Amino acid sequence: MSLIELHYDVPGDDFTRAGEASGSVKAQLKKLGFDPGVIRNVVIALYEGEINMVIHAGGGEIDVSIDPDQIRMVLRDHGPGIPDVALAMQEGYSTAPDNVRALGFGAGMGLPNIKKYTDEMRIDTEIGVGTTMYLRVDVKN
Amino acid sequence: MKVREIQDVLSARIICGEEFSDREVFSACGSDMMSDVLAYVKEQAVLLSGLVNPQVVRTAEMMDMQCIVFVRGKQPDDSIVSLARERDIVLMTTDLPMFASCGMLYEKGLRGGAIR
Repeated sequence: MSLIELHYDVPGDDFTRAGEASGSVKAQLKKLGFDPGVIRNVVIALYEGEINMVIHAGGGEIDVSIDPDQIRMVLRDHGPGIPDVALAMQEGYSTAPDNVRALGFGAGMGLPNIKKYTDEMRIDTEIGVGTTMYLRVDVKN
Repeated sequence: MKVREIQDVLSARIICGEEFSDREVFSACGSDMMSDVLAYVKEQAVLLSGLVNPQVVRTAEMMDMQCIVFVRGKQPDDSIVSLARERDIVLMTTDLPMFASCGMLYEKGLRGGAIR
C-alpha cells in the first residue's frame, strides 16, 4: 500500500479543463515536500498524458501512487488505441487534427516528452479497446 | 531580470499579479506550441506566447514559470486570468510581435534555457 493514492476521472469533452488532475497532483506533492525537480518530472509527464487522453481518447482515468522513493502513475483510456507505438514515440509524429494544433498541442512531442521526464514508461494498447500507460518517476537522493 | 523590467522593455501592460513585479526571472521561452515549452527545463522563466487559452497558464504552472507575456496585443479572457491569479502567475500583454519581444529581452541580457 502506498503512502497516498489519488484517483481522477478526466472528462473528454472539455479541453479547457485538461490539466486539472495534473495541477492537483502537483499541489499534493508540493504539500508533501517533494523536491521541485521530481515534482516537475511527474507533473509534466502526467499533463502530457492527460492532454493526450482528452485529444485522442475522449477522456479516461488517472491513478497516482505516491511513495517516499517513487511516484507511479497509471493513465487508462477507452479510446481508439495506438496502431504503431514505435511511430507514435518519434518526435514530431502526430495524428492530432488541426483544431488541436491551434490549441498549442499535437506537435508530436507528447509521448517523447513523457519518456524524457520519467524513469519508466510502458504502454499497453489495443485497437478499438483503449490504451493504458504505466509511468514511474524515482525520487533520487 | 525582474518582472517589472520585462514590462518596461516590452512596454507591456500587466493584467494580473502586479504584486509580484519584483520577482526575478532568469530565462525566457517563446513559443505557441505548449509541448515545446514542456520540453524546456530552466527554472524561473518567463513564457512569451501568441496563444491565448487556459492551457498556456497550465503549462506555465507545470513548469514553475513566473510570468506569461502575451504578444501581438493578445488579451486573455476572465477564465484565463482567474486561473493565473489562483496560481500566482503574472500575466502581461504587449503589442509587440513575438520576434521583436524575444529580441528585445535577449538584447537586455535574458537568455533561453536548455532543451532537455
